[in-house]
Amino acid sequence: MNRLDALFKKKQKNILSLFFTAGYPDLQSTAEIIRAAEEAGADMIEAGMPFSDPVADGKTIQHSSEEALKNGINMNLYFEQVREGGKSIQQPVLFMGYFNQVLQYGPEKFCHACNDAGIDGFIIPDLPPDIFIREYRDIFHGAGLRSVFLITPDTTEERIHQLDDLATGFLYMVSSRSITGSRESFDASQEEYFKRVSSMNLKNPLIAGFGISNHATFATACQYAAGAIAGSGYIKALEKSRDIRVTTREFVTSLLSPEHI
Amino acid sequence: MNKVTGEVDNNGFYGRFGGAYIPEMMYPNLKELENRYREITDSREFREEFTGLLRDYVGRPSPLYRAGRLSDYYNTNIFLKREDLNHTGAHKINNTVGQIILARHLGKKRIIAETGAGQHGVATATVCALTGTECVVYMGALDVARQQPNVERMKMLGATVVPVHSGNKTLKDATNEALRDWISNPCDTHYIIGSIVGPHPYPDIVTRFQSVISEEIKAQLEQHNGNPLPDAVIACVGGGSNAAGAFFHYLQHPEVELIAVEAAGHGVDSGESAATIALGRPGVLHGCLSVVMQDADGQITEPYSVSAGLDYPGIGPLFAHLHQKGRVNFQHATDREAMDAAFLLTQLEGIIPALESAHALAFLEKRKFTPDQTVVINLSGRGDKDMEAYLKYIKEHNGGKSHQ
Ligand SMILES: Cc1ncc(COP(=O)(O)O)c(C=O)c1O
Repeated sequence: MNRLDALFKKKQKNILSLFFTAGYPDLQSTAEIIRAAEEAGADMIEAGMPFSDPVADGKTIQHSSEEALKNGINMNLYFEQVREGGKSIQQPVLFMGYFNQVLQYGPEKFCHACNDAGIDGFIIPDLPPDIFIREYRDIFHGAGLRSVFLITPDTTEERIHQLDDLATGFLYMVSSRSITGSRESFDASQEEYFKRVSSMNLKNPLIAGFGISNHATFATACQYAAGAIAGSGYIKALEKSRDIRVTTREFVTSLLSPEHI
Repeated sequence: MNKVTGEVDNNGFYGRFGGAYIPEMMYPNLKELENRYREITDSREFREEFTGLLRDYVGRPSPLYRAGRLSDYYNTNIFLKREDLNHTGAHKINNTVGQIILARHLGKKRIIAETGAGQHGVATATVCALTGTECVVYMGALDVARQQPNVERMKMLGATVVPVHSGNKTLKDATNEALRDWISNPCDTHYIIGSIVGPHPYPDIVTRFQSVISEEIKAQLEQHNGNPLPDAVIACVGGGSNAAGAFFHYLQHPEVELIAVEAAGHGVDSGESAATIALGRPGVLHGCLSVVMQDADGQITEPYSVSAGLDYPGIGPLFAHLHQKGRVNFQHATDREAMDAAFLLTQLEGIIPALESAHALAFLEKRKFTPDQTVVINLSGRGDKDMEAYLKYIKEHNGGKSHQ
């Protein structure tokens, strides 16, 4: 069974997903991070393949991507490392990257490599739904990969329903009008948006992301969504880390428990 | 040859190229623009204001000048389309004038732009000063350092210049940062992109505004020659906006050869080049599928050209399409060839061209046109901004060649 399906079957609330940049802080960190995330109690893992021009990302992920590319990460290494780290764990692992990388790798070959590496689904923010439907849906869904689409505070209700029809994994509820990056808290309008979307009776689970970096933001997001994704906050912690396992455990604990606010 | 036009299809594509490969965060901005730009720019009110400003503020029509001594030198008939005489010194202002009016119709109060050499930044800061609009220009930190005079001009015009420190700190990175700003400020901000690149509908918007160049060439050439059609039109191409403008109304006349000259830097095979069509493959950069310079993994590679305006690893999707269809002949010129062409024009005609435009002039060395042929070269900008590079070249090469 696809591990993403299995996760949502088993858990509908307080799902924690960790995003990290493959090849950062060190070229060989990927597998260790995946295992550390599992051990620390993360429910889902998003392995980011760095891109030279990440327009949807803020400073933290720009920096980790740049460093990872300097370290020598590439698509083939990425798949090898994810396979090594992810093969024996129960948690779903997702590919996250930009479309040009997939296009150059070759969409069919990409799906093959994902299957081979045990990747359960993908998030490709700059592959828009209309082009996905016209050219890639059959290939990706045919390979059993679960698709994830982003929605934002400005996505119309009609479009949210269209994206919900299209997605087979979950809907990624982007918390604000912004690029990735951490913040301390959510304001009233963001909560209003979470609430509005969560009452829409969507077929896919909602997972919130962008700005989840502490217990307050995680808990607020989880009031309305099935779970939340922490990316920039986690990468910042890794930046200063001496021991990936310890850092990951501490970071996960700080998100899950209120005493760390 | 297939009949080709410069028109984008209903999905935002030119053949297989173009589209809007954008994250959802950018969708509302672009959708609004896509839904409204045609209706706005086709309206009589818009047309009148746009043509009025192009005439009275920019100084259009720009002259079509028969370069007598240059024609004698090459033993053919050479006309220069004098975009260098526009206000702010390049074709870039045609686009920014159009886009600032568009922005007002869209109700946008804040303008952002990217710039490489600073020409588009200056043209944007200029129309923002003209209309009293807030203006933020993103510029790679490296370009800020090497294009100081234009940075000062933008500041004097009231713009905020934001140095971009990511990536290689040049035009590509400035464009990334402008796109990020736009994602974060969707309601009040209009992004004035500087070339025919970016997601649909930008390539079409900029092409339309620049197409005034070939509209004028046709009328002017008719007056000069009794025939609106030259044998060839030559333009330099970075993103492709001046070339698109100079070619647009000739696309449907297959008897007119259209020649686009890319920047080869130190040579196409030197590893330091910006000749995208020569070196690139289909790929996605800055929201559109076009030809881009990239490695096997799809990471965008850094281009190089002495001319900052051509120092871009992509090209407008319209040109990827026109190349594929064989409608445009793609050529390239090295730094050195462009430099020589710039000195030749200066010495024979008393016109110091922009380094970008000098790449188009350099093609005259590669193809012998006959005495009865007519060739139009789009002189996209003037060379004031490039004085430092020219002086450096004189120092290194004993005064340049003499062509007296
Ligand atoms: C004078 C001049 N010509 C040409 C270009 C290249 O741009 P494009 O290919 O869009 O015309 C620039 C860009 O800065 C420029 O300043």
